[in-house]
Amino acid sequence: MSKLLKTSRRSLIKSVGAGALMAGTPLLGRFASAQSGAPIKIGFQQHSTGIGAAYGRWYGRTTEAAVKAINEGGGINGRPVEIVAEDDGTDPKRGAEVVEKFANQHNCDVAFGTLFSHVVIGSAPSAGEQKIPYFVVSEGHHVASGGLNRYTLQPGITDVKSQVQAMAPYVADNLGKKVTMIFPDFAFGHDHRDFFTAAIEAQGGEVLEHIAVPPSETSFTKYFPKIPRDTEVLYHVMVGPAVLTFVKELGEFFGPSSPAIFGFIDSLEAVDLTSPGLEFLEGTYFWEGNPRYAQADQSSHDKNFRAAVGVDENGASVSDPKDVSTYAHMFGCWETLHVIKAGMEASGYQGPSDRQKLIEAVEAMTNMAESDAHPQGPKVFNGKTHQVFGVQYISRVENGRLVKVHATSIEDTYYPDEVDYTTQSF
Amino acid sequence: MDFGPHLLLAVLEGAVGAAVLALTALGLSLVFGVMRVVNVAHGEFFMLGAVVAWFIASPIAAHPAIGFVAALAIAPLVAGGIAVVVDRLVLKRVEYDPEATIVGTIGVLYIIQQSALMIYGPEARPVEPPFNHRIALPWVEWGDSGLSFYYPWGLSTTSYKLFVIVAAVAILVTFWSVMSRTRLGLIMRATQLDRETAVAFGIPVQRVYSIVFGFGAALAALSAVLIVPIQQAHYLMGHDPLLLSFIVVIIGGLGSVRGTVVAALLIGMSDGIISVFLSPTLSKILATLLVALVLVFRPQGLYGKKMA
Repeated sequence: MSKLLKTSRRSLIKSVGAGALMAGTPLLGRFASAQSGAPIKIGFQQHSTGIGAAYGRWYGRTTEAAVKAINEGGGINGRPVEIVAEDDGTDPKRGAEVVEKFANQHNCDVAFGTLFSHVVIGSAPSAGEQKIPYFVVSEGHHVASGGLNRYTLQPGITDVKSQVQAMAPYVADNLGKKVTMIFPDFAFGHDHRDFFTAAIEAQGGEVLEHIAVPPSETSFTKYFPKIPRDTEVLYHVMVGPAVLTFVKELGEFFGPSSPAIFGFIDSLEAVDLTSPGLEFLEGTYFWEGNPRYAQADQSSHDKNFRAAVGVDENGASVSDPKDVSTYAHMFGCWETLHVIKAGMEASGYQGPSDRQKLIEAVEAMTNMAESDAHPQGPKVFNGKTHQVFGVQYISRVENGRLVKVHATSIEDTYYPDEVDYTTQSF
Repeated sequence: MDFGPHLLLAVLEGAVGAAVLALTALGLSLVFGVMRVVNVAHGEFFMLGAVVAWFIASPIAAHPAIGFVAALAIAPLVAGGIAVVVDRLVLKRVEYDPEATIVGTIGVLYIIQQSALMIYGPEARPVEPPFNHRIALPWVEWGDSGLSFYYPWGLSTTSYKLFVIVAAVAILVTFWSVMSRTRLGLIMRATQLDRETAVAFGIPVQRVYSIVFGFGAALAALSAVLIVPIQQAHYLMGHDPLLLSFIVVIIGGLGSVRGTVVAALLIGMSDGIISVFLSPTLSKILATLLVALVLVFRPQGLYGKKMA
């Protein structure tokens, strides 16, 4: 009996070893040029739970798809990419802990991923302390405002300041000049409040009323009576688990006599436009970072991106048409991972000792052409402010679909630099 | 918005909140009154009601009313059943010790919440209301031709919101008559008054405890089923109702049905009105301040009896 056991253990080890070798061989071939075959580890700070969970799910799927695409194309510097995902609970304190964990426990090369601005603001100091490059996909103006540090970059998604500045002329020319704003009461919403107010005033318009709503709010009718009667345009942007309730109650409040409505699609990300109660949105306008519905002039890059992530032409999961994506934001994960790849290849990145070279390589980037790596559109990266700039889209709800009616130029989104991170020491 | 219509809208919003709050808080108050158990997991039974309602209503493709009625019947049973299991597995084992039950129910809170996260997921999902019509409300105005009606901008409610208020009142009346008119109510009240004497008179106190704990959870679940077509089901939704229920039962007097209803009206209406006119944060601040004042000047609550 014992003899049998002995033999079987040996043969087991042998066969496991042989199996591992066999399994490893195709990888060896594919990643042959690598000096070290060890994978590049990217720490992915994910909103798996908490108020950002819908975004977290789709950021996760996009990230998986991007890593698959990168690995199939030979990885980065010949090395495979591995994602280490950790839930930040959409909580700033937890977010900071997650970044520290990436640096100390998981030995990640870089950290990447999160969306909600308060989590980014809470986590960025940790990234600076741990000296780990932190690529955020957050939209907030906190990166370009100079409030963060040299280790934090936003190369895959544009910021709120540039977005709203590009929207204001369209709103003033087509919808009206007297605006009432409803926004979530935290950093991201405050960016909307401050920069849209300034932008619409620059167009000769004015904001009549600012209505701030806590992002964890579940019932909204009580906020709406503060909308002044002479409002021409209602500007709404909302986040959190209750966005559908928000928009539904907005419709119930106005009934048949509403002002023109301009919203950021954030108010309806991951929500089916055909949900009951949303009929009143017909004819209203939305900012979209990336058009959810495949448009008539869809590029081949958008087509490839949808196929890779598993999104159909209505912006929902191919396996479940009710599982609507966060299409206007999640391209940022795909593009950021491709920027990380480009940066690591430009700097000849080998390991954590090359982190500064990686940041300098990304800072040196400027034009990013529309391509499979940048399916949302062409972009220009500003190395000084660590912020990328790109085209923005305005869509109108027609027959329950979002139809693109306007695309801005990249120049429409520019504003003067507020910081030069390259002058900061590492 | 003019003051009058604005106030009417605030009262309507407040009434919906108060109605649901009264039901939820009643469950908490009942459990404390009869069992002397502070059920920290009460909000999670509320959440369970909403989540189970989604699981029941969403696969039913027929008219939304069918799914809703099914949810109204089944969700409280499920939540109540789980509560009975919790009573047998946790509360009974710690012998209903006041401190141990607090810690125990905190554990239950996390188990239910995280289980919901694993099974139901982190999304907020809507349950379709059985009916929902926007009702524009008229307002009177003293014009040139005397008193006249007009429809102010934005002054509206929905038929479903009115239904929630009516349903909550009906459930409250049923609850009150069960407690005061039936044998089950008598047994519960007897257990509440004096546990030892109740045992001496042959009341199966252990079984009463299980029923009460299940009943309390079922009330929370029932109010969640009523509110879920307005608010969506989400795994973290139990937090606010728990906090407000605690505020309500402390102000109303732990274990007092009348106090709970009065305090729920007070807190629900003031929450609605203050948050419409001023800010929702301020209404929370005032509610918490009220709790502090009640604890200082009338620790037994508005209608509570002083403990011996």
